[in-house]
Amino acid sequence: METFDTWSLSLVVFLPLVGALLITVVPKAQEAAVRAVALVASGGSLVVSIVVLARFDFDNTRTFQFIVDKSWIETIGARYHMAIDGISLPLLVLTTLLVFLCVVYSTKIMPEPHRPKGFFALILLLATGMSGTFTSLDLVLFFVFWELVLVPMYFLIAIWGSERKEYSALKFFLYTLFGSVFMLLGFLAMYFRSRHPVTGAHTFDMIALQGQTFGSKAFVNLVFAGLFLGFAIKVPMWPFHTWLPDAHGDAPTVGSVLLAGILLKMGTYGFIRIALPLLPDAARDWAPYIGALSVVAILYGALCCLAQKDIKRLIAFSSVGHMGFIMLGISTLTDTGLNAAIFGMVAHGVITGMLFFLAGSIYERFHTRQIDQIGPGMMQVMPYLGGILAFSAIASLGLPGLAGFWGEVLSLLAAFNPAEGLNVGLFRTYMVLGGVGTILTAGYMLWLVQRLNLGKASEKHVGEKLPDVRPVELAAWTPLLIAIFALGVYPRAVLEITNSAVTGLTGLFG
Amino acid sequence: MSPIDLHAALPEIILTAALLLVLTIDLFLPDERKKWNSLIAMLGVMGSLVALGTLVGERKTTFAGMFVIDGYALLFKFLFLTVAAIVILISIDYLDDNTRNAQGEFYFLLLSSFLGMLLMASARDLVMLFVALELVSAPGFLVAGFRKRDARSNEAAIKFFLFGVLSTAIMLFGMSLIYGVTRATNLTEIANALQNTPDDPLVVASILLIVAGFGFKVSAVPFHFWAPDTYEGSPIPVAAFLSVASKAAGFAGLLSLMFVGFVHQTGSWAPGFAIMAVLTMTIGNVVAMQQSNIVRLLAYSSIAQAGYILLPFAVVDGAGPVVLREAFAAALTYILIYSFMNIGAFAVVIAVARKQPSNLISDYDGLAQREPGLAAAMLFFLLSLAGIPPLAGFWAKFFVFSAAIDADSAWIAAVMVVNSVIGLYYYLSVGSRMYLRPASDSSPLGVSYPVAVAIALALIVVVAVGIFPDFFNHFSPRSTLVAG
Repeated sequence: METFDTWSLSLVVFLPLVGALLITVVPKAQEAAVRAVALVASGGSLVVSIVVLARFDFDNTRTFQFIVDKSWIETIGARYHMAIDGISLPLLVLTTLLVFLCVVYSTKIMPEPHRPKGFFALILLLATGMSGTFTSLDLVLFFVFWELVLVPMYFLIAIWGSERKEYSALKFFLYTLFGSVFMLLGFLAMYFRSRHPVTGAHTFDMIALQGQTFGSKAFVNLVFAGLFLGFAIKVPMWPFHTWLPDAHGDAPTVGSVLLAGILLKMGTYGFIRIALPLLPDAARDWAPYIGALSVVAILYGALCCLAQKDIKRLIAFSSVGHMGFIMLGISTLTDTGLNAAIFGMVAHGVITGMLFFLAGSIYERFHTRQIDQIGPGMMQVMPYLGGILAFSAIASLGLPGLAGFWGEVLSLLAAFNPAEGLNVGLFRTYMVLGGVGTILTAGYMLWLVQRLNLGKASEKHVGEKLPDVRPVELAAWTPLLIAIFALGVYPRAVLEITNSAVTGLTGLFG
Repeated sequence: MSPIDLHAALPEIILTAALLLVLTIDLFLPDERKKWNSLIAMLGVMGSLVALGTLVGERKTTFAGMFVIDGYALLFKFLFLTVAAIVILISIDYLDDNTRNAQGEFYFLLLSSFLGMLLMASARDLVMLFVALELVSAPGFLVAGFRKRDARSNEAAIKFFLFGVLSTAIMLFGMSLIYGVTRATNLTEIANALQNTPDDPLVVASILLIVAGFGFKVSAVPFHFWAPDTYEGSPIPVAAFLSVASKAAGFAGLLSLMFVGFVHQTGSWAPGFAIMAVLTMTIGNVVAMQQSNIVRLLAYSSIAQAGYILLPFAVVDGAGPVVLREAFAAALTYILIYSFMNIGAFAVVIAVARKQPSNLISDYDGLAQREPGLAAAMLFFLLSLAGIPPLAGFWAKFFVFSAAIDADSAWIAAVMVVNSVIGLYYYLSVGSRMYLRPASDSSPLGVSYPVAVAIALALIVVVAVGIFPDFFNHFSPRSTLVAG
């Protein structure tokens, strides 16, 4: 088992890549073989990640496990260093699960212009980038995986998307690249002021970089600015969010699911894994501003949602708000806040992933994303689909007992009592404003359900005899629906994993 | 005076023999067999490579100190000969299709130019540098005008020639001033002589004049005006050759001049390079966005890339040995990686031009359906030029960023970041056409075997170096000319 422990993470990360390469050599006509390879590669990655979960030592979630640390680029001391702890484990499992479900969904439902070979290869490539990001402990390795997701997501949107797909895809690519290269400059700035405790050389190792003094306060704050730009655009925080509604809106269904479910979390994860522990003093200086932007995002996202007529854009803007809650949690620099953030990431991943699946299935049936043309009366046309939509929407608005609740309420609770040195009054104001945000969230989500589900269906829709939930949809959605419910009634499933790892981190903030 | 070491010059001697052989045998070849010239040229390059292999690890100085074999020289010679092999591969069918009866002259001129490059890598002396630079350029003027009946090709050659001659004259003037001040032509001696007068105005002026000459060679703004027109008018293999080999030769000379000869004057020339680098990358990128011809796009892109290579020169203002070494290594690594990704892109252009000789960007619409492998290769080259990991081009940029950050020149790194984003825009717009747009003609192109081999070679380098950058990065510290 020792070999397994060393190489299991590499397996999780690179199995999809191997699958993607295999797919490129399968002849175009053999679509069944393409689907089989995609299922085996993503399923294999999921199985290995579940074995990792089973073998994970839950008594020591603070220590890194399943470590692999090999020489990679000797000249700059960058290493192939991967491991997971309580912070990254939930995100890794979320990634492999969502990717597998997306592959399952796509085996039967493939957007125009079809071309399954490229579609599956890109999803698998994306999977490698995403899980690599959550497992890397070396800044250079992290950056390579971070950038690896851009190309496949670009093509997923640009080829299989809808409406202004090329514009949206390009906007997504350029925005994120812009931010991430500044992030790279930040990494380099830390590298050149660092000393590895053992070798004495400069280092890119995230663990070795902790507790180093990189220079003056102004310098550290500047480095933090570079990192902030990279992560904040990815999250996206207000006012860097403008790429998101376009990209989400025009992406194909599984593209939106993975974008909302996982890609956005790379940004918040970057704050927790890199920005906070490596630059704690700068983080404390920046926290009030990050909190302020988060609250703006919550309120702005909710208000935009109230104005949307397009169902996918509405869910996209709701993501801005939900990511705002996660960032508010992070900005408090407390145990509760960071636990809330990680829980919120997982919850948002399953709930919003589910909502985008639904939006895709609705679009596929009605051929429109306009809310007033789909509704009213979807309950009459497709009772099961309508029911699942109502369930997911209510989970998204944060009803107690479902997954969405804990992330938001813990985040607000954390803002009541932020870390030492932060302005308590300010954060309590944030809490109140965030509370207003939850009410608005409930408002637009319920209004969405009302406009879509309730009322009397038009003659046209009744006559069309649209299919209700199909087996493949049920297969892809059931795990998410169970997760939404299970995390709601038993949040400790995630919080127990994260808590000890998080307290290790917040120890830096007193 | 010590005897001349012929072993040190063996690669050059073999290449000279090959180019004379091409010229002679060509006389006896009937038109339909003129293609055989390429074989002789290729054998010459291979022989030269083998000879070069026997020199690995050696340090030699001969021809009264004008000609040096060291890590730096070997590295560049390997690069030039590999590029020569690839250029021959991509020329074979192109020439046979376009200028069938003049192939002998073409390979003769091409090898002459490469001979100049081999000398350039070994030159540590002003006179030698000048001779080498002229030997690189003069055959270039001729091959640029090789499509004799095409007015654009004539324009390409004339423009290239006039700009070339003018800048060489300016450079020579600068060199003569340096000789006047230092009474030396050897770079190390020049450095020693200039050690105590870091900012003598006459020296600074001469450096400026010399840099202008090399600025023409590497197509740095404001000496770049010839490049797009020349590339567009030349036969495409020549454009590939000019934008890769000839440019790398310019940088080889520039690196040894600046980091050896004028190493004590960094305070004077680094700020100038900063302005030049910023202008070069920005103008190159901004103009590239508006091109509709793929060769012109690659021309402006290569101007922008030259800007990135110039950036490490700009950060060494008063820097210590560590930064000096890093900057040097960054420029060197960038040249190596750039050569392969750019020549790969040109090889694809040649493959496409076989059926669609207009070289419009719109010719690439739907290429993925017609030739999936070719489109994928092009996408890789373009993304590598844009600097997306895990492709080689990312590491090229990475080391430049890293040199800039270590020298505390974050502002110029930030300029480069913005430029990278602009660059991505146009590289991606070509890349995505191949996949997003329908092809106007969906018949396969039929890529010829030698071109396919050339593309595969470049692609392997771009991907392998992307995953293990140490392949290339290992070279630079060993080959450094900078003390330490």
